[in-house]
Amino acid sequence: MSWRLLLALLMALAAPAAAQDLLPPAPYAYRQIEDPALEAKAQALMETLRCLKCQSQSIADSDAPMAGDMRHQVRTRIAAGEDPEAVRAWLVERYGDYVSYKPAVSATTWPLFAIPLLLLLAVGLILRRRLGRAR
Amino acid sequence: MTWFRWVLLALVAGLFGLFAYMLSQPKEEFVESAMIGEAIPAFDLPPIVPDRPGLSSADLADGQPKLLNVFASWCVPCAAEAPNLARLEASGANIVAVAIRDRPEDVAQFLEAYGNPFSRIGRDDISAVQLSLGSSGVPETFVIDGRGVIRYQHIGDIRDSDVSVLLAELREAGA
Amino acid sequence: MIAELGLAALWLAAALAGLQLLAGAVGMREGGAALAALVRPAAIVQALLCAIAFGALLLVFARTDLSVALVAKNSHSAKPFIFKLAGAWGNHEGSMLLWVSVMALAGGLIAFLERRLPERTMIATLAAQAFVGLGFYAFLLISSNPFERLPEPAAEGMGLNPLLQDLGLAFHPPTLYFGYVGLSVAFSFAVGALLTRQVTPEFAKVMRPWILGAWIFLTLGITAGSYWAYYELGWGGWWFWDPVENASLMPWLAATALLHSASVLASRDALRAWTIMLGVVAFSMSMIGTFLVRSGILTSVHAFAVDPERGTFILVLLALYIGGALLLFALRASTIAEGERFSVLSREGALVVNNVALSAILGIVLLGTLYPLLTEAFGVRVSVGPPYFNPVGAIFFLPMLVVLAVGPLLRWRRDSFQRITAPVVAIAVVALAVLAGVYFFAGIGLLPLLGMTLAAAVAVASVLPLRGRSLRRLPLPVWGMVIAHFGVAVALFGMAADSAFTRERLVAARVGDTAEVGPWAITLAAVDPVAGPNWTALEARLLASYDGGAVTELAPQARSFWTPPMETSESALRTRWNGQLYTVVGGEAEGGRWQLRLWWKPFVTWIWYGGVLIALGGFLALIGRLSGDLRRRSAQAQIALRRGTALA
Repeated sequence: MSWRLLLALLMALAAPAAAQDLLPPAPYAYRQIEDPALEAKAQALMETLRCLKCQSQSIADSDAPMAGDMRHQVRTRIAAGEDPEAVRAWLVERYGDYVSYKPAVSATTWPLFAIPLLLLLAVGLILRRRLGRAR
Repeated sequence: MTWFRWVLLALVAGLFGLFAYMLSQPKEEFVESAMIGEAIPAFDLPPIVPDRPGLSSADLADGQPKLLNVFASWCVPCAAEAPNLARLEASGANIVAVAIRDRPEDVAQFLEAYGNPFSRIGRDDISAVQLSLGSSGVPETFVIDGRGVIRYQHIGDIRDSDVSVLLAELREAGA
Repeated sequence: MIAELGLAALWLAAALAGLQLLAGAVGMREGGAALAALVRPAAIVQALLCAIAFGALLLVFARTDLSVALVAKNSHSAKPFIFKLAGAWGNHEGSMLLWVSVMALAGGLIAFLERRLPERTMIATLAAQAFVGLGFYAFLLISSNPFERLPEPAAEGMGLNPLLQDLGLAFHPPTLYFGYVGLSVAFSFAVGALLTRQVTPEFAKVMRPWILGAWIFLTLGITAGSYWAYYELGWGGWWFWDPVENASLMPWLAATALLHSASVLASRDALRAWTIMLGVVAFSMSMIGTFLVRSGILTSVHAFAVDPERGTFILVLLALYIGGALLLFALRASTIAEGERFSVLSREGALVVNNVALSAILGIVLLGTLYPLLTEAFGVRVSVGPPYFNPVGAIFFLPMLVVLAVGPLLRWRRDSFQRITAPVVAIAVVALAVLAGVYFFAGIGLLPLLGMTLAAAVAVASVLPLRGRSLRRLPLPVWGMVIAHFGVAVALFGMAADSAFTRERLVAARVGDTAEVGPWAITLAAVDPVAGPNWTALEARLLASYDGGAVTELAPQARSFWTPPMETSESALRTRWNGQLYTVVGGEAEGGRWQLRLWWKPFVTWIWYGGVLIALGGFLALIGRLSGDLRRRSAQAQIALRRGTALA
């Protein structure tokens, strides 16, 4: 069967391209949690966690093995009943705020939240002056 | 509202200052672990080669400071740092290892080719321990003190100049 | 030879830009008429020379001339022809050459066509254009020469990134560049008007088609880029607030505000300072975007090869041009007389809200994009992504949509609430009906719910201006407005529906297994190896049936390229009126199973249909304005002719 030969050739070609491991992905890297509500929670969380081996992708959008391993951790913990924010906190405890795309309000990030509020005030002021004035 | 225009100009100037400063800084390649100063989380890894026992968190809290090397046989810099790991072992460091996503036969082949400075090697097929340590790639080396607290992290392969640094950190951890 | 010809043309073009600047600067003063006369011809010849230079680059890529360093680094003799050409701009040096060429082209076109403004303002505008161009010529010629030769021709090229071997992606950069650089015209016009204190409705009318043109390209470029990312990257995502995506969105936000502001200035002689400010900001955003992408200070999948030296050069240009323009604005803005007055409830009022809201959103996107850079300067690393941008942006975007719904119904200058009560009530009723319907029948998140509600409201509101008017005699610009606003509603609906109703199914299937996702039943019929020109792949044959209906076949692939070695997944899509089935085949799992990733994404294609509608609306408005201008010019020519013959 010539297609088997082609398949073997394909596998042989693929190997040197990967300076990666040969082990299969973690069980829950590509497998959803049975309960759809829990899976939705896990999916929502995974979309906001950074893949540390990629340039700028969430672990939900990456095929990197480490991203798969992180997805496994997220899914197993949420299936076990952990709150998504607790899982996020667990990862932040290990890698710092960098791993989470959802910035927490802290001493270093408060301007990120204060400035939109200021902008809102500024918008209100500008509109009042510009529109309230001319009648 | 004329002051607004000057404020804008000042903000833009500040922004360009930030750009200039960041351009002059070297690009941060690695993600550091946030677990430095924390106790290692509990884990128990099975062995991966017949002649070395597995690794558990209890082994790292037995009173003796150790080096924990996170490696894999498919990782090229891990081969490059092998001589320096040998030097560290020869200087009296107790080095334990975690093999990430590796097959037993590949690890055996790697150790055969590059030497085996490890007293214990744990098998981590799904990077669970790697994630729990805050390690984000291979190779990385941690200095763990006798009580099981992470004291120092070295990211990347161990160069010649890093050997003395690691030895100093190890000594400090033992103090 | 061709490369040297291109380089020579580029040097000459740079020299002409210098001449254009000098002649313009001196020619603006008294008695400089002789030099001033050189400015227009210089701009036109500059455009021609750049065309030659870019043509030369295309030619060396078309021929895969491996003695040119750029070709050796970015191309390959086995590449399909169309992608060889696309390789010309798929790299840093080539895309910078595209940038200056489009700038020169825009300058040449203005010099050739525009006669409506006072000559002094035109001279100032062209001088400003030349000033900006010179910086980029310097950047090209000094640090990023596209025509550099290798000491010895390479044996073979290093190959184009396989991800770029895609028609959509090949044409995405030029489309965006016509947009970014087209905004340089608005910038130059703004500076020219500031220098000669000529901020008039006539000035806005002249600037408007150029803004429209650039904005249409930007809209199409962003839409295309989003769709490309969606089908190529294999996970069904279409926007991630990635720094480089934001770098394209920020000029678009500024350009949209500028477009509306210039329209107000053109028809009502109001919002003068806003229009000038936005003209400067829009191109500034283009330049900041270029800096962010090429300097390497931000992490992104899209970034070009990192080079801090290049970054420094561009930063100096930024400081020079943006700093200079803002300084000029700060100094001269008080001399721009206040425009016409208008009341709160008027179209001008609504457009002020529009300007302010878009500027606020621009500020937020800029803040979120740059904040990680700021904290990094202090040694802390944070990430800012969709969980920040979506809600914070919505705070300004959603109220803006409410104003968008009502604004086009308002009269200029002053309107009364009684006059618009009926249509506003109609819109509100539709909105509430949709809100209730979706809330009770679907139970989805707050943002998608509000998104769908407002999409319905804007859809209805956007066609209401057609009420009571003769459709056949409606001016094209009004059609443009209606279609563009309707497009916003369509795109918003698509975004909200995708975010609320997407169904995902990951399954490790054996040949013969069936999986379900949403109303689809999908059977894995076979997995076969296939080969292409420079890749091999594993292709899955899927048989999909919607709600038990007719079976349709899909063939997603997991592809392996070999120069350079890379793995990609080619998704297979099936589009229905109410959504898209998205299928991907992954690796082999244990037990002879194959990883399948399946999504049912209701109404997701509406996102890009909406984007195209928005661009179409802009296009219609542009045609309408241009034909209106042509008609006016020929009418004026007729009158002048008749006067001439009457006098004779």
